[in-house]
Amino acid sequence: MLEESSEPGWLSEEVKTGTTIIAIEFDGGVVLGSDSRVSAGETVVNRVMNKLSLLHDKIYCALSGSAADAQTIAEMVNYQLDVHSIEVGEDPQVRSAATLVKNISYKYKEELSAHLIVAGWDKRAGGQVYVTLNGLLSRQPFAVGGSGSSYVYGFVDAEYRKAMSKEDCQQFVVNTLSLAMGRDGSSGGVAYLVTIDEKGAEEKCILGNELPTFYDQ
Amino acid sequence: MERHFMDSQTKGVSTGTTILAVTFNGGVIIGSDSRASIGGYYVSSKTINKLIQVHDRIFCCIAGSLADAQAVTKAAKFQISFHSIQMESPPLVKAAASVLKELCYNNKEELQAGFITAGWDRKKGPQVYTVALGGMLLSQPFTIGGSGSTYIYGYADAKYKPDMSKEECLQFATNALALAMGRDNVSGGVAHLVVITEEGVEHIVIPGDKLPKFHDE
Repeated sequence: MLEESSEPGWLSEEVKTGTTIIAIEFDGGVVLGSDSRVSAGETVVNRVMNKLSLLHDKIYCALSGSAADAQTIAEMVNYQLDVHSIEVGEDPQVRSAATLVKNISYKYKEELSAHLIVAGWDKRAGGQVYVTLNGLLSRQPFAVGGSGSSYVYGFVDAEYRKAMSKEDCQQFVVNTLSLAMGRDGSSGGVAYLVTIDEKGAEEKCILGNELPTFYDQ
Repeated sequence: MERHFMDSQTKGVSTGTTILAVTFNGGVIIGSDSRASIGGYYVSSKTINKLIQVHDRIFCCIAGSLADAQAVTKAAKFQISFHSIQMESPPLVKAAASVLKELCYNNKEELQAGFITAGWDRKKGPQVYTVALGGMLLSQPFTIGGSGSTYIYGYADAKYKPDMSKEECLQFATNALALAMGRDNVSGGVAHLVVITEEGVEHIVIPGDKLPKFHDE
């Protein structure tokens, strides 16, 4: 079982955003959150990466899985959405963005290993969160993803309530990220938050020492 | 599909499971689900009891291969009662946990089972010990284990408080089991809880339909 490896992990291992991502709807918008750790095997190759990627003014996506795959999908959809919004002459719907992500994820599901959660605000249906795992498209009141999400399923199931306010949602997201980062070796660093509503998108970064602490910390 | 066949042939019946033990002010609660599965897709028993009494005020619960766990607990039960006769006093919880640890460590190549030991003794009061797969022994105020425990790390970290009352602790343990059973497909059935205090031992069984429900149920 003992193996001698003189080569550091980051030379041979794939770069993954083993991660924790979360998105939640509230009346009037959405809140997205993510950690900031990017790992290649055991090495952390980037400790401050922002995994909340802009797809359009009021639509963001959260990246998880293979870093390269996720970034590429986000860039492609960003381009396709720009073209689409010029064609229709107005801001795109969140569902359109999610469908574009889903189309790529489904068509190339054998080659890609990335999961993007798409969330945003549009005037037709307000705040919406869509999951696109493995090529499915499903709208949910909230969604968690990434390797760290396993550890917080119980917490989000217990703590989620319908009709939370914007501030409650932000606190919920920060608490969830903090708990997941505490248990998942592939999640850590700082927490990034994006709050999207009718007025636009507001980005926020919460440093490691400002995150909430729990019983054993 | 190949992987599944290998699972059932090599692993046999396993208690893909959720187990936990939590100390409170004056005692300890040990709990588990009741499902035993083969390979993760056939439930071989809906009502197995994973809480084994190894002495009057000491229980242990098993996770991993059911056959290994039963063999080890049978041997441990014998050794502990013999030890307590020799000492002419009830065994310490730590002694019971050490017996399990010795068996796990010395047979680590063949065995595939982990244990949580919890109980009350006159020297140190309520205690919880975990014996991990390779034979590590650790004392903690509370601990969770089994495949379903992954999903409730966040919940347990957020909600555990030291020195809870018996009712608060029961609520915490029941909620944690219900959340894990809700997300882990190899945990389920009824929730078994045993409350151990200086006065005695109380066994509570909560059937599936009486478990707490959360937002999406």
